[in-house]
Amino acid sequence: MAEFITMGGYAFYVWASIGVFVGVLALDALAPLAQRRRVLADIRGRLQRRAAREQREHGGSP
Amino acid sequence: MNILTLWFHKLGSPPTFYRLAGLLLPWCYGIGLLLGLVALYSGLVLAPRDYQQGDAYRIIFVHVPAAWMSLFAYAFMAANAFIALVWHIKLSEILAMASAPVGAAFTFIALVTGALWGKPMWGTWWTWDARLTSELVLLFLYLGVIGLNAAIEDRRQAARAAGFLALIGVVNLPIVHFSVTWWNTLHQGSTIRLMGPSKIDAAMAWPLLLMALATHIWFFGSVLMRARIALLQLEGGKDWVRKVALDEGAAGG
Amino acid sequence: MKPGGTAGACAALVRRDLTLVWRRRGDALNPILFALMVVALFPLALGPEPEQLRRIAAGIVFVALLLAGLLALDTLFRSDYEDGSLEQLVLSPHPLALLLACKIAVHWLTTALPLIAVAPLLGEMLHLPVAVRGVLLLALLLATPLLSLLGAVCVALTVGMHRSGMLLALLVLPLYVPVLIFGAGACNAAQAGLPFLAPLLWLAAALVLALVLAPLACAAALRISIS
Repeated sequence: MAEFITMGGYAFYVWASIGVFVGVLALDALAPLAQRRRVLADIRGRLQRRAAREQREHGGSP
Repeated sequence: MNILTLWFHKLGSPPTFYRLAGLLLPWCYGIGLLLGLVALYSGLVLAPRDYQQGDAYRIIFVHVPAAWMSLFAYAFMAANAFIALVWHIKLSEILAMASAPVGAAFTFIALVTGALWGKPMWGTWWTWDARLTSELVLLFLYLGVIGLNAAIEDRRQAARAAGFLALIGVVNLPIVHFSVTWWNTLHQGSTIRLMGPSKIDAAMAWPLLLMALATHIWFFGSVLMRARIALLQLEGGKDWVRKVALDEGAAGG
Repeated sequence: MKPGGTAGACAALVRRDLTLVWRRRGDALNPILFALMVVALFPLALGPEPEQLRRIAAGIVFVALLLAGLLALDTLFRSDYEDGSLEQLVLSPHPLALLLACKIAVHWLTTALPLIAVAPLLGEMLHLPVAVRGVLLLALLLATPLLSLLGAVCVALTVGMHRSGMLLALLVLPLYVPVLIFGAGACNAAQAGLPFLAPLLWLAAALVLALVLAPLACAAALRISIS
């Protein structure tokens, strides 16, 4: 087990590489999730604004 | 219209693609993650130690698949850009632009893990070796495509301009590689071979190939995810998008 | 040369562009000034020893001229886009690639040629060996049109943007790498007493290819960004 962690003295290089690999790919997977939420909220906001405008216009006209 | 083009048109219609990609997406991420974990375990634990490089060679299991993916993603992007420019297919524009950030991520990983491997093996973080320099130029190409795509307001025009740049890069990349190789021999640079003449052992090869498979599947999952978002953005006013937005909002947005 | 013909259109375009440059002849000096400043900074940073400067002189001159050219690249379509004449070019019945080739040629004549003219002076500031000067000029004569042609394609892609400076540099850089390697490589080979013909021939071959293909690519890029 200790051998697995020390990697024969190359622990920093090996684990940093694995860390970069996993970290960047995790970011790559998480970034679109946040963007998706933003885009959907944006679309919903636009829909609500339009609904409100239509209601206002209908209310104002005879 | 034969059955293939019919199928193609149907797949190319945004709502169908959106739904299908949504079905495929968890599988891509799940299988990619699972295979990746198995490959990491077998690479870090099961594979024997290299007699020359010790345990430092285990960086190969993330470095080489990332380097392969950086080229594969570029090829995928350029092929889609070509289709988008010639036949004006909306979906290809979206797929091309969706693969750019993923490819850039893999290129970045390849560069950083390469440096982390170079330090203990060659004694330096960086050498101006042909392969390293080409990979750096590849990163610049990706960043150029992403930057151009982000800088233009109109989404479809942005995708076409950035796709055109990606195609220029296809021509440019071999020229860069050739010129850097020529330059390196002129300067009598360090002639270090990554793998040396030794053949790779089967016990080391299969985790490597497994990881390559895992990154490919992961790549497609990531591209589909981004393509779905880009479709929502592009088709913002359409009925099916409205339905998706309202459904998601009810589900827990 | 009848007034409505393609040759007439090209001639009119060249005349117009030259007139425009002449009206703003003060601006034409900017790239030269920039190159002079870059070259002057290197001895200040590296120390004044002639031996050390001599070794890297050709490379510095090359990079300085490349950066100065990059600075001037932005002006290629800028004013034409702003006053709408670029759209007229795209809409005109004449082949767009040919018209753009004329524009690029005028741009090269007015920005790159003056830079080449001051290159011997820049070389002298850095104690460039006299024997290398000829090779440097030849390499610049082959490389700068190539840089202008490749740069024009990227400018065409960024033409409608307000702040395109950094993005343009990012797009252009990967294309400039091989040109820089072969151009400066020829000078370094000549300085080291090695054969320098091969890189010059590579540059010449690339220039011939770019002369044919770059205007076409530039036209395609312009049609994408003006639509």
